[in-house]
Amino acid sequence: MREVIIKNQTGLHARPASQLVMECKKFTSEITLTRGENTANAKSIMSIMAMAIMGGDKISVSAEGSDADAAVESIATFLESLED
Amino acid sequence: MNLKGIGASAGYGIGKAFIIKEFTPPSSRTITDSKAEIERFDLAVKRANNELEAIYTSKKESLGDENAAIFQAHLAMLNDPELYNGITSHIKNKKECAEYATKVISEQYYDMFSAMEDDYFRERALDIKDITMRLMKILTGLATTLEFDPSEPVVIIARDLTPSDTASLKAEFTAGIITEIGGVTSHSAIIARTLGIPAVMGLKDAISQIPSDSLMTINGSTGEVVVNPDEDCIKAIRIQIEEAKVEKKLLEEYKDKSSTSKDGHSIEIASNIASTDDLPFVIENGSDGVGLFRSEFIYMNRTSAPSEDEQYQIYKKVLSGLDGKPVVIRTLDAGGDKEIPYLNIPKEMNPFLGYRAIRYCLDHKDLFKAQIRALLRASRHGKLRIMFPMISSLEELRLAKNIVETCKIELQSENQLYDKNIEVGIMIEIPSAAIISDILAKEVDFFSIGTNDLIQYSVAVDRMNEQIRHLYSPYHPALIRLIKTVIDNGHDAGIWVGMCGAVAGNEKMIPLLLHLGLDEFSMSPSAVLKARKIISELPRVNDNFVKKLLSASTAEEVENLLS
Repeated sequence: MREVIIKNQTGLHARPASQLVMECKKFTSEITLTRGENTANAKSIMSIMAMAIMGGDKISVSAEGSDADAAVESIATFLESLED
Repeated sequence: MNLKGIGASAGYGIGKAFIIKEFTPPSSRTITDSKAEIERFDLAVKRANNELEAIYTSKKESLGDENAAIFQAHLAMLNDPELYNGITSHIKNKKECAEYATKVISEQYYDMFSAMEDDYFRERALDIKDITMRLMKILTGLATTLEFDPSEPVVIIARDLTPSDTASLKAEFTAGIITEIGGVTSHSAIIARTLGIPAVMGLKDAISQIPSDSLMTINGSTGEVVVNPDEDCIKAIRIQIEEAKVEKKLLEEYKDKSSTSKDGHSIEIASNIASTDDLPFVIENGSDGVGLFRSEFIYMNRTSAPSEDEQYQIYKKVLSGLDGKPVVIRTLDAGGDKEIPYLNIPKEMNPFLGYRAIRYCLDHKDLFKAQIRALLRASRHGKLRIMFPMISSLEELRLAKNIVETCKIELQSENQLYDKNIEVGIMIEIPSAAIISDILAKEVDFFSIGTNDLIQYSVAVDRMNEQIRHLYSPYHPALIRLIKTVIDNGHDAGIWVGMCGAVAGNEKMIPLLLHLGLDEFSMSPSAVLKARKIISELPRVNDNFVKKLLSASTAEEVENLLS
């Protein structure tokens, strides 16, 4: 698991959310985003957007499966690199 | 069979009827073989994927990555595993058909997004509706707009076209558009004119009267539609289409020319647009700028008003896209025939004489200020001109200008940049404003005459009312006098005067408007080159002609003199 803070103001709106889904699909593991009590399947754009993740939010990325470590690393890096 | 509606986009077309049936929400149907039903659903998803990918690719080409991103998000939503699991489990567990399962699950998502606090995410409810509607249409055998056979031109017939329908229209395969509702100012009509597709609107019962696939001709100027035309009719239309093609080719040489009258006066020939999607047509037709950006379309087809930032991005895109050429953006012109449900404008006996445009905005300062602030912030990306619609008195103008000043002070204190020389002008579309244009001219930077409303208010004719439509004429001597008054008063005060109504693109009227001294003409992009040709062949000054026109006593006399 890794924690990241979303830097871009607009957060995970449609475009970065669809890019995130594409990143996640490179892995077979199940990837989960968590903010407080909310969790989202990171391969589902609907559940990501339903969380309304905004700039400044603290998100933890976790994964389960054979490539879990690589998935967490890659997705956390992707989220950290988001810019408006 | 001969039918007649409202001519909403000029031109001639011939093609087979392609009917887009109204979508009705599917009802529940019990199934026995859920495995087969899921396979049917998979096929529908696959087809929807192909359609969306085609839209995405063509949008990427015409509008660039940034603008096409939303279609990429639509693709991600369509292939969403949670949505898929939700629908397929419903089919399996409830033994209900795929279209109904899609409806049930998509409504859950729609409701969830509609209830979200943030404007942006709440808007995504419409994206969910858009993609699941496509799925349901495919599952129930209804046509989606992408299905024309590209080898064969079609005339599209629909009750009304949604923005998503019009986004997937391909001009080269669309011989015409017919809708049952709407008129010259409806979204479909504006899109049709922008794309240069002939269109007839307000043709009641078109769907029930016109059999699918029947050959038909359409005349977008007169509103005449012929179903199963005879040989002579087909021949006549084909000649017209050929002539139009030849003319279009000839007009191309005017694309890179400047808009100058024969005696050397520079004129501005600009385009009317309704969204950033129209920008390619503005450029393609060599417009000198945008003379009317109808900002109300940014507010339509959504569940809440666009935020300041969202608007800023759109205005910035338009201004950057025009590369320094002037852009007139009209502030929100809601009401009248342009309904925006969330603004809660009450139903009125006379909406055209009612609570609309600047009248509404002056009462809803937060909404208005968000737009003005977005405009001011965008102004540094090009040459922006702000225009207020429906001004009828100096008091309203002053109130509106005060809000602009307040926003400027706010932005200054926030250290936000804007163009300090930004021009602020008004539409002249109410007779009272035309009559006191000498007074108004002292407090604005420009006038733009809106002829559609100016005619209907001057002669007291609802142009949608068939019984009296013949009284609605751009050639009425009263209108000619009003136009002259406005231009003269503007020039006396040292400001420029333009026109953004349908009359500005009327080939018969252009010479007179030029001679009256009009500085700027704004029209559908597809009319720009023809206007440039007409203007280049005429001197700006022709006092004898103007004198003769002003002494004409009837609309018929005026029209004859102009023909």
